[in-house]
Amino acid sequence: MKKYTYTEKKDTRSGFGVGLQELGKTNPNVVALCADLIGSLKMDAFKAENPERFFQVGIAEANMIGIAAGLTIGGKIPFTGTFANFSTGRVYDQIRQSVAYSGKNVKICASHAGLTLGEDGATHQILEDIGLMKMLPHMCVINPCDYNQTKAATIAIAEYDGPVYLRFGRPSVPNFTDANQSFEIGKAVLLNEGTDVTIIATGHLVWKAIEAGEKLAEQGISAEIINIHTIKPLDNDAILTSVSKTRCVVTAEEHQMHGGLGDSVAQLLSRHLPTPQEFVAVNDSFGESGTPDELMSKYGLDTIDIINATHKVLKRK
Amino acid sequence: MADIQQLQKLSTQVRRDIVRMVHAVSSGHPGGSLGCTDFLVALYNGVMKHDSNNFTMDGKGEDLFFLSNGHISPVYYSVLARCGYFPVEELKTFRRLNTRLQGHPTTHDHLPGIRIASGSLGQGMSVAIGAALTKKLNHDNSIIYSLHGDGELQEGQIWEAAMYAAANKVDNYIATIDYNGRQIDGDVDNVLSLGNLKAKFEAFGWQVVETERGNDLVSVIEGLSKSKSYIGKGKPIVNIMKTEMGAGVDFMMGTHKWHGSAPNDEQLAKALGQLEETLGDY
Ligand SMILES: Cc1ncc(C[n+]2csc(CCOP(=O)(O)OP(=O)(O)O)c2C)c(N)n1
Ligand SMILES: [Mg+2]
Repeated sequence: MKKYTYTEKKDTRSGFGVGLQELGKTNPNVVALCADLIGSLKMDAFKAENPERFFQVGIAEANMIGIAAGLTIGGKIPFTGTFANFSTGRVYDQIRQSVAYSGKNVKICASHAGLTLGEDGATHQILEDIGLMKMLPHMCVINPCDYNQTKAATIAIAEYDGPVYLRFGRPSVPNFTDANQSFEIGKAVLLNEGTDVTIIATGHLVWKAIEAGEKLAEQGISAEIINIHTIKPLDNDAILTSVSKTRCVVTAEEHQMHGGLGDSVAQLLSRHLPTPQEFVAVNDSFGESGTPDELMSKYGLDTIDIINATHKVLKRK
Repeated sequence: MADIQQLQKLSTQVRRDIVRMVHAVSSGHPGGSLGCTDFLVALYNGVMKHDSNNFTMDGKGEDLFFLSNGHISPVYYSVLARCGYFPVEELKTFRRLNTRLQGHPTTHDHLPGIRIASGSLGQGMSVAIGAALTKKLNHDNSIIYSLHGDGELQEGQIWEAAMYAAANKVDNYIATIDYNGRQIDGDVDNVLSLGNLKAKFEAFGWQVVETERGNDLVSVIEGLSKSKSYIGKGKPIVNIMKTEMGAGVDFMMGTHKWHGSAPNDEQLAKALGQLEETLGDY
């Protein structure tokens, strides 16, 4: 098992903030909007350095999406910022009609996704956002795994012409990817080569997949580990290549089982390479208040759950 | 009506509960909670007709309250507990795993006193209107109450609801606005000004009542009594209530900073030093 290390834990939302700040310096067309959550989204620096390109819209997310759509007409590249719940479910029809169907170059940037938002509880812990967004035709859906990757993704999506949903979170997680990585939208990252099972993870579950891979190696199981930062468009080739070798797969994500990364992988495999698959995901349930660690454990999204899923899927080979 | 001194004691105790609850889990929203303490204490102790011993979802024959700005759950939970909806001890579990006292109120865990989930802002007025319509259909002449943040009024759904309520003469309903002038990113006037709020509600066809001193129990009760005097007169009623975010704890007042931050140990001690233990801590 390839060794991964990190010197620091950092929150992915701060990677977004720093990426956006850099875009403020390098791309004059980038503008940003926020709905009364500047601090939580780490948009302070962009706002301070580019006051004329920053729009505080107040607690009015639907209006924010509409204004963002309008800003694209004439060449601006709007980045909207609020919590994942208010970035998606709250404004779904505004995104669907004014952004996705109208083909507008809006970057919907969403923090506090998933259970790891913690104590605020289920009203804020959206676990359906990946599904909602990936169902929209031509919507690009990105869920990076750490601070460095979120920064790189933020910078990369400014260059991509089309609507993007960028999902990140609140907790500090191991920052292990390369600080100077180039981020290629739609390209899976092969983290470890293995032969027995393919573990495909996204977002905060990527580090847990690495931890699981280490434990599995100790047990004599060779896991191939893939970081899927782009859920749509999915890197079909990378997945098919790996799975045709390992012949079984575990997907892992901080999302509902229905509608998430696991669904996309299952759909791909059922069409091209039917394969036993186990899902590490929330099983048709809302979240609740608690610390991020407690919640990841209670809802079965921990390292041990990936290990258990692997043992299960190996028996089904 | 309970006497004012009694209510005063309850208010002070509720404020202690609030700061202790958010301190214990280093999260939650003390600012708006402290600012709305006097309102909720008054509402649940003399103003509303309700039965804390026999909570039912339908609340037939009872006045009903909906908290639309769900983030101020600490004050809501403390007042509900101290009215007897559930054991005061349970305040200890606020925001902890497996609690009924979720970060934002929910019906999911069946906490007595709660009739709808809130937390995502801007939805409670519509729900309150629905409940008011059901009261009318059921020939139940009880009153529906709701509370909203002033920042929350930036949500468009609020104004869809406001238009509906006036056009359809939903006159068994009193919405109160926590008019503290502050929200997460700063002063409401700087984030997105509400303009002339009274004129806006009047233009929408509402009966407006203004409560100037929302942290003075006498003034709060007067505002609510005046609001009640307009029930059944063909218009929905809004009680625009000026409050101070963080009221009762000197260092939490005069700023938006305590909207959603919890005090540390030292700050807790300082806050509790300003709030006498009147009815016993949980
Ligand atoms: C739809 C929605 N958008 C954003 C938020 C995040 N949020 C929670 S409280 C708050 C500020 C609310 O301001 P106000 O209503 O004035 O309440 P106060 O700060 O005075 O307690 C925001 C933006 C939310 N809970 N719901
Ligand atoms: Mg306010």
